[in-house]
Amino acid sequence: MAKIEIQNLSKDFETPSGILHAVRNASLTVNDGEVVVIIGPSGSGKSTMLRCVNGLEKPTLGHILIDGIDTTDPSTDIRKIREEVGMVFQSFNLFPHLTVLDNITLSPVKVRKMDKKEAEELAISLLRRVGLEEKAKVHPTQLSGGQQQRVAIARALAMNPKAMLFDEPTSALDPEMIKEVLDVMLQLASDGMTMLLVTHEMGFARAAADKVVFMDKGEVIETGRPEEMFTSPKSPRTQDFLNHIL
Amino acid sequence: MNGNSIDEQIKAEALRQRVVSKDPNAPKAGQPTINMTDGVLIPKKGEKHVLTSWRLTFFGAIILSAVLIVLFPDPYRTIFVTCLRGLPVTFEVTVFSIIGAVIIGTFTGLGSVSKHRWINMICGVYVELIRGIPLLVQLIFIYYAVGSLFHVEGIIAAIFSLSVCFGAYMGEIVRAGIQAIPKGQMEAAIALGMSRSQAFRYIILPQTVKVILPAIGNEFISMLKDSSLVSVLSLEDILRCGRMYISRTFLSLETMLVVALIYLMITLILSRLVGLLEERLHKNG
Repeated sequence: MAKIEIQNLSKDFETPSGILHAVRNASLTVNDGEVVVIIGPSGSGKSTMLRCVNGLEKPTLGHILIDGIDTTDPSTDIRKIREEVGMVFQSFNLFPHLTVLDNITLSPVKVRKMDKKEAEELAISLLRRVGLEEKAKVHPTQLSGGQQQRVAIARALAMNPKAMLFDEPTSALDPEMIKEVLDVMLQLASDGMTMLLVTHEMGFARAAADKVVFMDKGEVIETGRPEEMFTSPKSPRTQDFLNHIL
Repeated sequence: MNGNSIDEQIKAEALRQRVVSKDPNAPKAGQPTINMTDGVLIPKKGEKHVLTSWRLTFFGAIILSAVLIVLFPDPYRTIFVTCLRGLPVTFEVTVFSIIGAVIIGTFTGLGSVSKHRWINMICGVYVELIRGIPLLVQLIFIYYAVGSLFHVEGIIAAIFSLSVCFGAYMGEIVRAGIQAIPKGQMEAAIALGMSRSQAFRYIILPQTVKVILPAIGNEFISMLKDSSLVSVLSLEDILRCGRMYISRTFLSLETMLVVALIYLMITLILSRLVGLLEERLHKNG
C-alpha cells in the first residue's frame, strides 16, 4: 500500500476579484493503511487539497510525496501516480454512454492494456464486492445515486490503486442511500486500504478514521484521533465548527 | 400472424405493468387534477398546431406541384423534368460537403478547446475569417484559388470550398458540444490514469456526438439550400438547370416557382427527419 505526505502545500486561484488562497501551507501525512478524514466548513480548501494529491489541481507551492515520489517534481509522470491513486467524486462522474461494466473495464483495458476478458471478470468480482453484480449490463442513468456511487468506487478499484481519495462521496445522496455507500467504504477501510477522505459524515469518521484533520480558511488547524477531536478539541475554531454540526 | 401479435401485446402489457410503478400520491380517478405545463408560450410537440404548420406547408407544396403538373402540363412538366436533372448534383455536393465539413469541424472544434495556444489561435482565426466573409464571395474565391493551383474538376472544387466554409460553423458546433459535457467527465477520465487524448476519444467525443447530432442535421439542411450557390460555379444543380431553361424559354417566373417548390419539399422532408432524430435521442436519454 502507500504513504501520502503533503508538505507545506499552498494553492492559489486567480479570480477576477483577485487571488484566492484556497490552501495555505497545509501539511499532513497518511501512513500506509491509514484512514484520514478531513473535515471543515465549506470553502476551507479541503477538496482543493485532495485534488492536488492526484494532480487534478497543480499546487502553487509545497510538495506531495506518494511512497516517497514527489508528484510536484516536473520529471514525475503524473499519469503513473493517477493510476496508483483512485478517486471518487461527489457527483459520481460515471460515463453515461457506457454500461456499468464498460465504465469499470475501460481504464484497465485502455490504460493498463489488460485483456478484455480478464478485465470483465475483474469488474464482475468488484461489482459483487459492492453488491451490484446484477447491474453490470445497465447504463448508469438507470441506477439510484447510491448505486452509482458504489459503481464509481468499483471503477476506481479496478485500477488496483494503492490509495483512494474520496471527495465528499455521500454529499449528493439522499439520506437513505448514504448508508449503502458508507458500508462499502467501511469494508474498504477494514481491508487495509489507504484512504484520504473529505466528508461531513462524522459517524464514519468516528467508526473508521485513524486520524481526523480539521481545516479552516485553507489552513490545517488541528489533527488528532477521532475520539479526542470530537470530545475535547483543542482549538476554539474546531470547537465552534463541531458545535454547529454535531 | 394474428396470434403472434396478440402474444406480443400481452408481453408488452406484462412488461408495462412490471415497469410502471404506481405513484401512491396520485389522485384517484374522478378527482380534479392540476396539470403543470410550460405555459402557452412553448407549444408541445404533440399539440396540433405545431404539426399542422409543417403539414400545411408540405402538403400545400405537394398539392400545388401536382395541380401545376396535371392542369398545366405545358410548360410545368418540362420544367419539373429539367430541374430535377440537377437533383443528383445538388445531393452529391451537399452530402460530400457535409462530410468534409464534419471532418474539418471536428478538428477545428478540438483545436478550439486545445491547451496549445498556437493551435487554439489558428482555429480561432480560421473561424473568425470564414464567419466574416459572405459565403458566395468565399465560394468564388476558393474556387478560383484552387483552380489556379491544381487542375481539378469543378465539382471537387465546389465541394472543397463548401467544406471549408461550413467547417468553420461546424467547428463552433463541435466546440459548444464538447463544452456542454460536464467537467467531471474529463476529471474522472484523467483520475483513472487516461491521457487527455484517450479521454477525448473514449469519453468526451462519443457524448458530444449525441449532443450535436440535431445541430449537424440542421447544418445539413442549410448546406442543401446553400449548395444552390454552386450554380455560379457552372455546376448543373437544380438552380442552374432552371436558369439554363430560363435562358432558352424566358419562362423565368414559372421556372423559379418550380425550383422553389423542389427545394422546399426536400428541406421539409429533411427537417422532419431531423425532428424525428432529435426525438429518438431524447427518448434514449
